Amino acid sequence: MTRHTEDDDAGDSNETTEPSGGRADGDRGGCGCGGPAPGVPDAGRDEQPPVFLPDGGGVPEGDAAGDRAATDGGVESASAGTESATGGTDSAELDPDAYDPVDVFPGGDLDLREGADSCYKCTSCDTSCPVAEVDDEFPGPKFQGPEQWRLKRKDDHDIDESITSCSNCMRCDDACPSSVPLSQMHNEARGQFVERQMEKFSVKYVRNRILANYRTSASLASMFPRTASFAMNFGPARWAMEKVMGIPKERDFPEFATETFREWWKARGGAQVENPDKRVAYFHGCYSNYNTPEVGKAMVRVYEHFGYEVMVPPQKCSGTPMFANGMLEDARRHAETNVENLVEAIGEGADVIASCTSCSMSLRQEYPELFDLHGIEDLAEHTFEALEYLRIHEDLEGELDAAGGLDDERAFAYHAPCHARNQGLSRQAVETFRDVDGVTMEDVGDSCSGISGTYGWKEEKYEKSMEIGAEMFDHMEDAEGEVGMTECPTCAMQMEHGTGYEIEHPLQLLEDALSA
Amino acid sequence: MAINSDVLVIGGGLAAVTAAVSASREGADVRLVSHKASTLRQASGLIDALGYVPATEPAKPLRDGPPTAGRELDPDEWPDPEGPLADPFEGLDRLPESHPYRVVGGDALREGLTLFDDLAGDAYRGGHTDRNALVPTFGGAVKPTARYPAAAEAGLASDDRPMLVVGFRSLTEYDARAFAGRLEAAGVPFDVAGAEVEFAEAFRADAKITRLAKALDHDEAIDGVPAREALAKAVAPHLHDVVDEKGGVDRVERVGFPAFLGDDRGEEVRDELADRLGADVFEIPMGPPSLPGLRLEDQLFDALDAEGVRFETGNPVVGVESATDGRVETVAVDRKGRTAPYGADAFVLATGGLVGKGLDSDREGVREPVFDLHVDQPDDRYEWFVDDAFGDQPYARFGVRPDERCRPTDGDGAVQYENVFAAGGVVGGADAAREKSASGVSLATGLVAGRQAATEASQ
Repeated sequence: MTRHTEDDDAGDSNETTEPSGGRADGDRGGCGCGGPAPGVPDAGRDEQPPVFLPDGGGVPEGDAAGDRAATDGGVESASAGTESATGGTDSAELDPDAYDPVDVFPGGDLDLREGADSCYKCTSCDTSCPVAEVDDEFPGPKFQGPEQWRLKRKDDHDIDESITSCSNCMRCDDACPSSVPLSQMHNEARGQFVERQMEKFSVKYVRNRILANYRTSASLASMFPRTASFAMNFGPARWAMEKVMGIPKERDFPEFATETFREWWKARGGAQVENPDKRVAYFHGCYSNYNTPEVGKAMVRVYEHFGYEVMVPPQKCSGTPMFANGMLEDARRHAETNVENLVEAIGEGADVIASCTSCSMSLRQEYPELFDLHGIEDLAEHTFEALEYLRIHEDLEGELDAAGGLDDERAFAYHAPCHARNQGLSRQAVETFRDVDGVTMEDVGDSCSGISGTYGWKEEKYEKSMEIGAEMFDHMEDAEGEVGMTECPTCAMQMEHGTGYEIEHPLQLLEDALSA
Repeated sequence: MAINSDVLVIGGGLAAVTAAVSASREGADVRLVSHKASTLRQASGLIDALGYVPATEPAKPLRDGPPTAGRELDPDEWPDPEGPLADPFEGLDRLPESHPYRVVGGDALREGLTLFDDLAGDAYRGGHTDRNALVPTFGGAVKPTARYPAAAEAGLASDDRPMLVVGFRSLTEYDARAFAGRLEAAGVPFDVAGAEVEFAEAFRADAKITRLAKALDHDEAIDGVPAREALAKAVAPHLHDVVDEKGGVDRVERVGFPAFLGDDRGEEVRDELADRLGADVFEIPMGPPSLPGLRLEDQLFDALDAEGVRFETGNPVVGVESATDGRVETVAVDRKGRTAPYGADAFVLATGGLVGKGLDSDREGVREPVFDLHVDQPDDRYEWFVDDAFGDQPYARFGVRPDERCRPTDGDGAVQYENVFAAGGVVGGADAAREKSASGVSLATGLVAGRQAATEASQ
């Protein structure tokens, strides 16, 4: 349920947040290691309090539950009554003037000082930044994070507009030897910039809002998938979109599936394995639902192969594109639905599995850093990426060995998404498939694909996006494989855009390899 | 179930990579886990072995009694270190007995350097001799080092050809004229001049070195002129800036730049500049973050891939999950709030020292956070340091104390875990900053720890 904070902010936040950074502490007991610290300073990101407290003013409450998408069903086999009581509103209905920025950023609750103090200006973040490498207007993550945080302590100091050039790839987090919560600082500054300084009727704001709320467009488009796929890529329409909206005409809109994942799930009668001891709740995200249901289907079949009961709770956007565009209020509304339904599934014994590494990143890291919702820490701790989970809990290597490899040889050029890197997952696909007979898997290197979600979908960023991606395109061309592979839907778009290759998800190959 | 391998290496720097490769070459199935992107990107890219032997006895005896911090009470004083050493191996015997070089032996250092030569290939120089090379660094100092990037080769201080050093106004932490002045003051056997030129000004004032490197890699147009040509044109008027002691003017034969001459295509960039300038071109290693360090990171991680080592970065190892009979079975890896067990027959700890966060400290003491290994230290915090900032600081030698197989020992000298080995900065006993020995210690202990871990795993 949505919690109300208008009566007592301070007392309220103690309900869900342990007084001194309980997130890391809570777990240490479990490993039986007697509490040695993970080698990060106390002021690092693991210790940060959630910053984005609910405003209590602008969030429409339970009355909006009725407009939940009709396809949000199909979990009958797992449990009855997974209907959400809170729900959220579809963001298209939001009136941007209806919430007050002061409520959004309550004074004093947002203290990132310790994180800023951990920065000793080694500049590792700047040299890991793919945008700073090509964009002469962009001052880099060290400025956007700790330096800007200090500057804006004074009320008369605006957020620098360059914050909108950060693509939210989060590579700086991985580079920082001092665990400064850089991406959290960027998200927060970007949110503040958009709330306080961005003209709400500007083309850019509207365009970013639409890009960020991909789920809304996609759910409309998938009502008429063929028409939408055609119309969105229709030449004159694209010309108009670039001129009016600033969406680069070079990019092809993704095709919409004629049957969404959730429609398929419902049609097949939901889960086909029941197992109260091995349950997972699948967070398919928007793209696997509307555009690449084959990824979701592969996830279901692979997990059922291992004897898991798959649940598909009602869900909305993970928030990744909204964070990147500073639309924190939109993200929060979607988070309410996600947290509530996924926490309920966790209560029924499930772990949460995402097939998109940005979705899992969001649920694991950005959610608890930005929002204070009941159960959000629980969700973060129970969320895994699909392949990661199997590698921890199953004898994947043994199963793949036993399956004997692929019938026909296949070669792939694999790109690790930046968000996979931050979860320690950048090598897992290469490692898992390298020993499978008939599979050649080449890592195309550690460069960023350059699209970073919605970044490459902006006309003014298109060129930079392609410059960043150039190194990956080169390495893909050099690789033996003519099929690309990645976990991230937008990386996949960029890989296809830059090379013309067909792109697959590791789960699809895993399904093939297991059933071979 | 645990994610398993024969040998699990914890860390991502030079020692970790060395241990992983040497274990793998012994036939072990090796996995490397590093919390963050490799700290190699903050290293200078120089591979030192032993440049100086610092005194371990003060010139003026240590006082008894309370510390002098904040008071002008008769502070201790220490002699300057002996060096620079011409031959690092020649100085090993004069190091304290607890020094890692004395523990693992000079052969381990030699073999570690040989392994490095093999991994670095053409990108590094210095492998033809045991002797140290003298490489000018960022602040105008000359550093004795065992191996150096090919890009720095033309800058050696033992070379007597006249040198021009180029700087840029926007690179505030580096002044080419001061650099040249310091080299001359150090008595180098060549004439040198520094010049500030217009080039980096085409970029934003705080442009990252990666931005400049990328522009040169891709030969991007700067005000309509390709970047490499633009840089050569900016430097060309200064080719006769060097004045010898008789007032004669020499054309310089080598030109030094701060180390941002390209990333992926560095050699191509240097060659083109050399061609246009009619002089050899070299890079001066910079402070962190440095491109020579980034390039070395790329190269060594490619080597890991080629050796078949599995590796992952992004999640920290937070502790021992299970251990029996003095052997660690699994460690816990924190994956965004939930720990996953990683199992191995042997473990190599290469997490770095106090700066790398392989050691943790507060007012109460210094700890090793992963295995909770014994860290030798005086009980009284005031004995962690001496008054003279450049003296033999006890804290500099803090770390785990290994036996000859690199297994950490407890306070009584007994091995703590039969199958845990330590390498690099987490190992105590060396004063790496004063000795200029950080890389060599990583290579020597990494090699031994990796081999011993593989041996342990195969039993």
